[in-house]
Amino acid sequence: MRQKCLEIRDLQISFETSAGMVRAVRGIDLDLYKGEALAIVGESGSGKSVTVKAIMGIASSNQKTEAGTILYTYEQDGQSVTKDLLKMSPAEMRSRIKGTKIAMVFQDPMTSLDPTMTIGMQLMEGMIRHLKLDKKAAKKRAIELLEMVGITDAAKRIKNYPHQLSGGMRQRVVIAIALSCNPEILICDEPTTALDVTIQAKILELIADIQKRLGIAIIYITHDLGVVAKVADHVAVMYAGRIVEKGTAEEVFLDPRHPYTWGLMESVPDITAEKTKRLYTIPGTPPNMIDLPDGDPFAVRNRYALKADFIEEPPMFPISGTHAAATWLLDPRTPQDVVEQMNPSNGTRGGNRDE
Amino acid sequence: MLKYIEKRLLISVITVFIILGLLFLMLHNMPGSPFNDEKITAVQRAALNAKYGLDQPLHVQFINYIKAMLKGDFGVSYVIQKNMQISELLKARIGVSVRIGLQAVGLGTLIGIVAGVLAALKRNSWIDTFATVISVVGVSFPSYVFALAMSYYIGFKMNWLPLLYTESDAFLSSIMPTISLCMFSMATVARFTRTEMVEIMGSDYMLLADSKGIGVLRLFGIHGLRNAMIPIITVLAPLTVELMTGSLVVEQIFAIPGIGSLLVTAIQFNDYNVVLAVVFVYSVLFILVMLIVDVLYCIIDPRIRLAKESR
Repeated sequence: MRQKCLEIRDLQISFETSAGMVRAVRGIDLDLYKGEALAIVGESGSGKSVTVKAIMGIASSNQKTEAGTILYTYEQDGQSVTKDLLKMSPAEMRSRIKGTKIAMVFQDPMTSLDPTMTIGMQLMEGMIRHLKLDKKAAKKRAIELLEMVGITDAAKRIKNYPHQLSGGMRQRVVIAIALSCNPEILICDEPTTALDVTIQAKILELIADIQKRLGIAIIYITHDLGVVAKVADHVAVMYAGRIVEKGTAEEVFLDPRHPYTWGLMESVPDITAEKTKRLYTIPGTPPNMIDLPDGDPFAVRNRYALKADFIEEPPMFPISGTHAAATWLLDPRTPQDVVEQMNPSNGTRGGNRDE
Repeated sequence: MLKYIEKRLLISVITVFIILGLLFLMLHNMPGSPFNDEKITAVQRAALNAKYGLDQPLHVQFINYIKAMLKGDFGVSYVIQKNMQISELLKARIGVSVRIGLQAVGLGTLIGIVAGVLAALKRNSWIDTFATVISVVGVSFPSYVFALAMSYYIGFKMNWLPLLYTESDAFLSSIMPTISLCMFSMATVARFTRTEMVEIMGSDYMLLADSKGIGVLRLFGIHGLRNAMIPIITVLAPLTVELMTGSLVVEQIFAIPGIGSLLVTAIQFNDYNVVLAVVFVYSVLFILVMLIVDVLYCIIDPRIRLAKESR
């Protein structure tokens, strides 16, 4: 049976800047189930990183959580306990959640390891704190972890400093650090963006393999739909601080309903497309998050925008038990035969539509 | 690492000789001589010059000086304390200057780092503002302002601490000079620490270290401060030498028998051997501190260490 481990409800996060309040996350609902992989997809600035950092309790000083709950359910002494991570004190987050229950893999392995500490020590310090291991036991486990993430000669490597390792190896170390205290949730913030293409596939395989073997839940943040297709069970598409479409990977890939998701799909290069055809790009740029326009922030970039989109932001319309999208196209009042024609995924998906 | 230090020491010895040579040349070309007394006749002066070997050509004088110096003989004072061995003259004075200097650097660094880290952690709070104000005051006010203010209020009015430095009460009587000397290094260190820590706290590796859920002390103390130390040490090195070699004005105010005042007097009276010896001490101290700094870099940053080892 699927067990929910993370339940985000109506999360709203703002940043105070000299130019005004940046409403980075504007009320999102998300669920994460044990052992499953959820991908959050969106452009830069869509609020995906801010959302997962909120789960980790990592906030910049000008950040403000306006509303919402992040309910985390875990087993303790055979009992199921649910706690709101947003209500936990920083000290409690540090000692009971961060690194031990929820761990994170960062985007750029070239900068995310401390240059002045051996990778062994960086691996060991979390284990010494959370698993209460002594140095010797921690070292032994550090070597095992490095071997698990595919680093050869691990016993020697633990004495290395980050600058002695390649980017791919460093990301493996970062993954080993994240896994060191047996977390239940692993957050991967664009874990392959900064890596060579050949290494990217290997790191993704490694994460997918670990997920299966250890049964941990994973949240991927990415703007790479190729990554999503490869690893995700569930997908949430974010735009301007809101989730515009969510569902299982199959639902979102095979039956996307939101015009923004259509745009994302069409902007993926298609190997079978004619050479003369230009790759589709979504016109315009993401909106200014300080002064959002009335209605749907995506409307001005949306080829299929309805009048209603410029007046009121659409709510989430459920499509199936797991699939939902926030677009007026799904409103029963919108003529559905027109919508059918618009949807590029009907029949001829893949960018070879006539425009 | 050892090989590197050896190489550095060799270069240092050459540097010291070059400094001494240049100084010899400069002192020689300075107007006047150690024997400027009007009562001294030309014949007497020639006799004195002959006695101390000052009538010989400069290069011979230099070679003689180096020869004696290598045997530990820095010559005698011509004017300040007639015919006293320089080594005797310096022995006591260097000790006082170095001790008070190190106290000042130690105190300044300690307070500076704590203030800088606090200011960075509580950015834009009253602590940050307070630390900034103190830094500006510390950098812009000369040390003798603090020295005089403390002498008047703490020494004279309150009578809490002795006004003048005495060997018999070396600790208590060195408190005021130490504090007035430490202000500048404290302010500088605080400013650098804050800037560095702010930058480091926004770095990816601090984010990762934070995500491990390690304790705050370990996070900021080990991951943060260690990475901030390199620029801090870089500014500390020249400050340390400056303070160890004594500050003329503060030495005058508290009547400290240090080498800062000795050097100035020696230059005024053309007391060649004293000037040479003091500058020699300065150079050696400077080179030594720089060497220590380089070793510290290597200890703190493995990238520097490994680059040097492979060279």
